[in-house]
Formats: sequence, C-alpha cells, structure tokens
Amino acid sequence: MSENVSPEGTTRLVVGPFNRVEGDLEVRLEAAQGRVEAAFVSSPLFRGFERILEGRDPRDALVIAPRICGICSVSQSHAAALALAGVQGLVPTDNGRVATNLIVATENVADHLTHFHVFFMPDFARAFYADRPWFARAEDRFKAAQGRAVRKALETRATLLHVLGLLAGRWPHTLAIQPGGVTRGADARDKMRLQATLGAVRRALEDDLFGTKLERIAELASRDELDAWRANGPDGDFRLFLEIAADLELDRLGRAYDRYLSYGAYPGLDAPLYARGIFTGEGLGSVDVTAIAEDHTNARMEGRNRPHHPFDGSTRPDAEDETGYSWCKAPRLGGLPFETGAVARQIVDGQPLVHDIVRRGGGSVLARVVARLVETARTVIAMEGWVRALQPGEPWCAQGAMPEYGRAAGLTEAARGALGHWLRVENGRIAGYQIIAPTTWNFSPRDAAGVPGPLEAALVGAPIRQGETTPVAVQHIVRSFDPCMVCTVH
Amino acid sequence: MPAPFNVLWIQSGGCGGCTMSMLCAEAPDLSTTLESASIRLLWHPTLSEETGAEALALFAQVLAGEIRLDALCVEGAMLRGPNNTGRFHILAGTGVPTIEWVRRLAAVAENVVAVGTCAAYGGVTAAGANPTDACGLQYDGRREGGALGAAYRSRSGMPVINVAGCPTHPNWVTETLMLLAAGLMEADDLDVYRRPRFYADHLVHHGCPRNEYYEYKASAEKMSDLGCMMEHLGCLGTQAHADCNTRLWNGEGSCTRGGYACINCTAPEFEEPGHAFVETPKIAGIPVGLPTDMPKAWFVALSSLAKAATPERLRLNATSDHLVVPPAVRDIKRR
Repeated sequence: MSENVSPEGTTRLVVGPFNRVEGDLEVRLEAAQGRVEAAFVSSPLFRGFERILEGRDPRDALVIAPRICGICSVSQSHAAALALAGVQGLVPTDNGRVATNLIVATENVADHLTHFHVFFMPDFARAFYADRPWFARAEDRFKAAQGRAVRKALETRATLLHVLGLLAGRWPHTLAIQPGGVTRGADARDKMRLQATLGAVRRALEDDLFGTKLERIAELASRDELDAWRANGPDGDFRLFLEIAADLELDRLGRAYDRYLSYGAYPGLDAPLYARGIFTGEGLGSVDVTAIAEDHTNARMEGRNRPHHPFDGSTRPDAEDETGYSWCKAPRLGGLPFETGAVARQIVDGQPLVHDIVRRGGGSVLARVVARLVETARTVIAMEGWVRALQPGEPWCAQGAMPEYGRAAGLTEAARGALGHWLRVENGRIAGYQIIAPTTWNFSPRDAAGVPGPLEAALVGAPIRQGETTPVAVQHIVRSFDPCMVCTVH
Repeated sequence: MPAPFNVLWIQSGGCGGCTMSMLCAEAPDLSTTLESASIRLLWHPTLSEETGAEALALFAQVLAGEIRLDALCVEGAMLRGPNNTGRFHILAGTGVPTIEWVRRLAAVAENVVAVGTCAAYGGVTAAGANPTDACGLQYDGRREGGALGAAYRSRSGMPVINVAGCPTHPNWVTETLMLLAAGLMEADDLDVYRRPRFYADHLVHHGCPRNEYYEYKASAEKMSDLGCMMEHLGCLGTQAHADCNTRLWNGEGSCTRGGYACINCTAPEFEEPGHAFVETPKIAGIPVGLPTDMPKAWFVALSSLAKAATPERLRLNATSDHLVVPPAVRDIKRR
C-alpha cells in the first residue's frame, strides 16, 4: 500500500495485497473529491501454464490444466476435457455427461458458498461499520474466519465436497473428468449416498442462508419481490444481506458495462441447463467465438502489434517491459470488454429477477451477489435431478484415439464465468494451448484503444472516505466479482 | 491457556489448492481443529479480515520481532525469474518480490512449513520449460537448495518441513502444525525428502481397493475400468509415499478410488514423469517403475505366475466399468 497526493488534488492509492480473493491482486486508484476517477487493475503473478503445456502429450492437459487453480480446478479440467474431446471427435456417454455436470456443479456451488461467506460478507463485519443498525448481526454471523455463518458454511462446503470424494476421488485436482465421460461409475448405493449429501446441503442452505425452500429462491422474479423479501421475508443471511445492501445502496455501486458473456453451463441432451449467449444493451445475442481476441497492449507480454484470436495467441512474457501494468491480457469479444459470471449466466438464461435488477439499476454489487445466490438454489435443485438420472450399469466413459493433428476449443462455465481452452495438436503433441479464464475477462487491463476492463470501469465513482487507505467500497466492488487471480493469468 | 502458536501464511507461485483443500477439514472443522491446539492464524490470504495496509502492518510487526512467528507457512513455488529478479510475483502493494518477503520472514520464523509440492520442490509450476524459474523453499526438484538454500535452518533448528502433495490432504497440514505446536516434531520425524513421516511412511497402495486386481495382475486397459492401473494406466500407487487410501479424501475418496492413476504427487519432480501421466512405460512388456522394495526378478516371476492364476471373475471385472461377476459365496461348512 502507498499513497501520495499530487498538486492538482488527485490522490493516488495502491491497494494490496488484496486478500479474500483467490490469488494476489493489486489495484491502483486515482481519486479526487472522495471518488475514484480511474482504476488500474494488476495481476501480479505470472506462472506460464500455457508454455508449460506446450510440447506435452495432449492427455497431460488433464493433469496440468486443473493445477492452474485450486478453486476452479474442476472447471479447468472440464474445459481441457472438452478441448480434447473436440480434437478426438468424441461425445461423452449419457452417464458421463450427467456425472460431469454433477462434478462441475459441486465445485461451482462450493465456490459460491465460499465467496458469500468467506470472501465477501466479512467486509460488513469490519469495525468501519460499527455505527450501522445491522452491524451486531453482521459481526456475529460474518466476522472473518470466526463468524457463526462463516464456520457453518465451511462445514456445509466440506459436506458438499463429499460428492467429489465419491464421484471424482477428491477435490481439488481430480482426473475423473475425461473427454468421453468419467472414470468412476456410480451404483445404486452411491446414488443414495449422493442424495443424502445433497439433502444435507439443501437443509443447511434452507435453514441458515435462505430461511425457506430453495424453490422459492429460484422462482424470485422481480426487484419488487426482492424488496418485499427484505421487509418481511424469512429470516436468514440472505435477508440480512438485502438489509445491508439497501442501507449501503449496493445496487448503485460497482456498475460496469452491463455487457455479459456466457458459454452456457451443464450440457443436456438438447440444451444446457443455463443457455449460451451474450446480453447487451441490444438484448440477447449469440456468442461469435471467432470474434474473441486478446490484446497485449497493457500486458507485460510480447505480441502487441495486434489482438490475437486464441488459436493464434502467444504467451511470451516481456521481462524488460515497463509500460504494461499487468500480466493479464485483455480479452475482447468483437472488440469490446464483456463481464462474465453468475449475472451473465442467469441473465442470458432469462432468470427474471436478475434480468429485472440489471434492467432497473444496472449490473451492480447487489446484482452480482443476488445472481450467485439465486444460481446456488437453482443449481442444487438441478443436481438432485442429475443424481436420479445416473444409470448404474450403463457406460460411463466413451473411448477414443488421439489424432496426430487437430484443434478445438473447450468452452465451459466456472463459478466465476466463461472459461475457454484453445488447443492445437501437431505431431501428436500440444503445439498451442491458450486459456481465457473468467477473471481474465472481468479484470482485464486496458486495451489498445485505452478502454478499461470491466472491474476498472466498475470502480470509477466508488466513494473513498477521508483517510481510508484500503477503501472499503473498493473492496466490496472487487470482491463482488469473486475474482480468481490464479486463473486470470495462469 | 498456553501461548498461541502463531502462523503466518503466504502464497506465491501456486494455485491456492492446498488452502482450498485445508478448508475441507472436517470432524472437526478447520477452526475447531486449530483452536484445539491453540494455533492462531495471524494472517491467511483466504480467511483474514486484514487487506492491504492492515496486512502489511502486521508483516512489519512480525519482522520487527513484536509478534512471535511460530510457523511461516508458504504455499506455491518460489519464482526466481525473470533473470533472478523475482518479478514474476511482486507481492501486491509492496513492490517487493514475494520470494524476498519469504526470505525475510523465514529469517525470523521458529519453523518454516512448505505447504504443497510447489512450495516444497517447485511442483507443477516448475514443469516443462519452467518459464518462471520456479523452485521450492529448500529444494529445486530433487536437489537441495531452492529459495532459502541448503544450509537454511529456522530458529528452532529445523530445515523446511515439506508437507508435499498436489494438493495436500487437509489433515497433513493441520496435523503437522499441531505436532509442531506440541513440540512433537523433530528432524527424525521427516523422511529423506523432509516430508512428515506420519503420512510419508505409507504407500498409496496401502488400502487401495484394487489390491486384489494387483495381486493377480488383472489390469485395467482403459479409463473407467475397475482393474489395477499399474500395468497400463500409469498408476504409481505402489511407489508413492502417502496414506491416501487409508486416510481418504472428501469423505470416502482417493485417486485410485476415483478410477484414475496415482501420479505420485507427493514426490519431487512428479510433474515430469518422462511419459504421459496416464500411460505406463514398459520395457519388454515389464513396467519400468517397479513396486517399492521389490526386486525386478521377483516382480517378473510373480507377475507371470499371478497372470496365469487370475480368477475369471477378476479377469472379467478388470476391464469392465461395473462389477459383472460378484465373488462367489462359499458354504463355509463345506470345506
């Protein structure tokens, strides 16, 4: 952290290390009259996974890629499996598809729980808010590492991850997801065990977080209903959050471009559970994957002459570079920055509450948190159905051969949004492997035209109180994205 | 009340997965486990309230000796590049490379714990061309050295304790910290790669439910088969030092129970096996990596005998994704 004041009255702040995000993050702020005027978001860690993957047997991607991230490990694994399946021309068995959905959903729900309880809410239990009417409850429930809700949520999360102990061996870093399905089948008794585990998770969510059935949360349809919930809904941490959000006007904080991207999540026989698409001021649209390109202008990377589609992309760190301010490249779709995550998935899927919140007040801190909680309820309900759909005795994994040449993209949704792997195989080895992770989109630096990334835009206007060195409003906005910094640069 | 055992946790060139795994501690949960041993997390990147200036103030107090640092836990590899500057990871908000922060804090730490294979030996972050010149705290792959150097000893006189694993089991980490807090871990309690022997003196093979297939060399041939994965699918469970199949993960899991090979993730340089992870290299049909402590001639002799004696049940089940022939039920009265 450092601070200095220029003669023009602009304050410069450097905020870091930024914890309760996954990985390391630095945010540089320029502020005047108590407001952020410009923000520069830096991912300070580079590891070079794309380079580590080059030259290996393509199947090694299933070992290496998940280790990009300990919190999105299964999503990275899924994207790699999809890319390999694309190269092999392989389609998973029905059981393989459903079990993969369960595995991916388990991680995503666990991540949503971790985000709300461990990363995001503890900021409202800071002494900074001691004068607010809800503070005593927030402190009791959400004091960092100690609050009752924090501890209970970690227990619920550990229980939920038993789904992966059973179906995937362990979490994180499993090899269970394969291009043709999964490595471990389930029998009838396994289905009962999974049902019991999900039953325990449902009960914990209904008892503590929502105070009511998951189905009621999934059906919330308008901002008015949400306001009514705040006034006289069932007691629970969801309602406490709504009360805090109203008091602090979190619906007016952290708006970015209101431009959303989702690759679609949880494949079905006909359509995914959550639709693929984009949502912009012009409404819904389809994703033109060929129009995705990464700009290196402000990344400390060679290859700044033009944006590159990931099949033509490169990852060559420029150790001498002094102008770039992040190891993160700037992904753009049709030349524009896009936000990704639960808001994107739910608005593209037409979930009416999330749509209404964004339509009325834009994609704020409130929108991001509510979208995650609504999605948690919807996803757990879907998981219960997938457990019933598993067919013991039917095949779990289709087999295929790896061709000497081929290329394919693996596109999936991690908890934090759109995740893509672009794989090129030549001479039977990995010739190119480019990854664009959700937080690469959300925490992108500026591009060649100087257009800020979504977080950089969302921070403009954030209030800074006199004397604040690590402004709490900035923390709310940053954490509302649930950033995963280890995925961002990888 | 005993004085708390203060732990400071730093992350660098890794995925954060060892922390994510640690949060899976259960019966009891993580905070109850730590409290039972008076272990206090001074600061942890995932759990603590303090961000930015508040966190750095705490680091300053530790470096000034105002707060005793009983254990420095480091997760993730140490990045020396580019060109030995450490700039591939500057600790946010400080302008100082994380490897330098670790060296400063290690100098005042009673104990240093490398959490995970990256922090211990370099791990996956050091794989392939090792673009960031990554290494472990006191090892560079299998060679001693690394970020702190072979001669480093913490204030307690111990070398860096390598809780290797990719990721670590939650209880490998908590039990190591508890043993340190209780004064029950000494140099003799570490194995040749300085892994705590309480989990590293076991083999992943111990308790593997595929043991009967192993005994008769009834091998899995493709992903999702039930048979032993040593012969064809790259499984190193007979050589890997860890108690995964007796301790179990996330309830009732382990890699081999999940249907895929053990890749020996607690070992230095596991990230470069020299072949595809899920394929067993062979010479003249014999797997290159033999079971631990087993002479080659005996393995060859036993294997050919075992193969000749494989019961039909195991032969059929080994290449199926579900049980097709159950074990016969014998009338124990009629021997």
